[in-house]
Amino acid sequence: MELNVTGLSVARGGIPVLEGLDFALRAGEALILRGPNGVGKTTVLRTVAGLQPPLAGTVGLEREAMAYAGHADGIKSTLTVRENLEFWADVFGTGEIDAALAAFDLAALSDRAAGALSAGQKRRLGLARMVVTGRPVWVLDEPTVSLDTAAVALFAQAVRAHLAGGGMALMATHIDLGLAEARVLDVAPYRAKAPAHDDFDGSFL
Amino acid sequence: MRALLLRDIRLAVRAGGGFGLGLAFFLIVVVLVPFGVGPDSGLLAVIAPGILWLGALLSCLLSLDRIFALDWEDGSLDLLATAPLPMEALVSLKALAHWLTTGVPLVLASPLFALLLSLPLEGYLPLVISLALGTPALSVIGTFGAALTVGLKRGGLLLSLLVLPLYVPTLIFGAEVARRGAEGLETGVPLAMLAGITFGAIALLPFASAAVLRVNLR
Repeated sequence: MELNVTGLSVARGGIPVLEGLDFALRAGEALILRGPNGVGKTTVLRTVAGLQPPLAGTVGLEREAMAYAGHADGIKSTLTVRENLEFWADVFGTGEIDAALAAFDLAALSDRAAGALSAGQKRRLGLARMVVTGRPVWVLDEPTVSLDTAAVALFAQAVRAHLAGGGMALMATHIDLGLAEARVLDVAPYRAKAPAHDDFDGSFL
Repeated sequence: MRALLLRDIRLAVRAGGGFGLGLAFFLIVVVLVPFGVGPDSGLLAVIAPGILWLGALLSCLLSLDRIFALDWEDGSLDLLATAPLPMEALVSLKALAHWLTTGVPLVLASPLFALLLSLPLEGYLPLVISLALGTPALSVIGTFGAALTVGLKRGGLLLSLLVLPLYVPTLIFGAEVARRGAEGLETGVPLAMLAGITFGAIALLPFASAAVLRVNLR
């Protein structure tokens, strides 16, 4: 399995932000996207995850292979940690959550209402969701926000285990994860040139 | 798919889920009407089918913006969109969960509320049947409106304006069934029209809802 992104151009709010992006990921590889705020990293990740269509270019892997984690964790505060994870495990048809709880050190919190968790604990729960999806490509947007150093290490370990199992990871992050094997791609040079004048929104056609 | 339905129902009945909201609103409308129009039971019996249908429709409207807004705010909607579930199934399940948590309690409570408005005895069965047949359409049409306005801050007003005209046929035929039933007349034709609207909405609208949801998530 291989993720081949070729000539990808993406737009946010109808304005092209990045164009001509090329990269490839093979099984067991990780790629980190870097670039200043607002350059379009999130837009690239959402496009790769299939949440929005590219302006041009191809992603080269069907969206059924992707597991996406954005800025929001998608946690229901009135459900417990276990119920939250079990829900995603059921939706993705894997049904196994104990490994994910262990990987992010959530076992002791599993019966607590998710609304009572701290920001870092919520993030860990959000990331544990990636493990239960059982999908080969993890698309992660700023995964380490509000994590402490110990939790970042847990996360790096989980990513490494995922890569060792033949998975891939594509992420946007600014901090050093200690993932020496991950390649880094600076997207700033791919910034779109002049904004297109045709702002007709074809969404509703 | 079962997981999503169970989760939505569980979220609705837990604290802050807004489960009793529609029912409480329905009760308030029905209790206040006799104060407004006077306690003449003859008059109440005449207007009861219309008031009950209107109350059910408005209480349904009240909870529509919760269908997608909460999932949108906490990011679950993005994650659900990348899940193996087709978008059409997602919106259908959302509508079903809304009906089970809003429509069904209204249907079950309606005989009790009809008593408060002194509905004639022969009107109870047609009222319950018409609500049971009509409220699924309210949920499905409402889900379409909620999908159109997802992502808009305080989209409740726009949602109501979009959905209300679409509710009119259901209201006309639903209230007509209840009225004819209460007067002891034949209810077959409006009942068939009501059923047609409901099944048509269930069959067609999920595709429209899924399409607008995809556009809105971009």
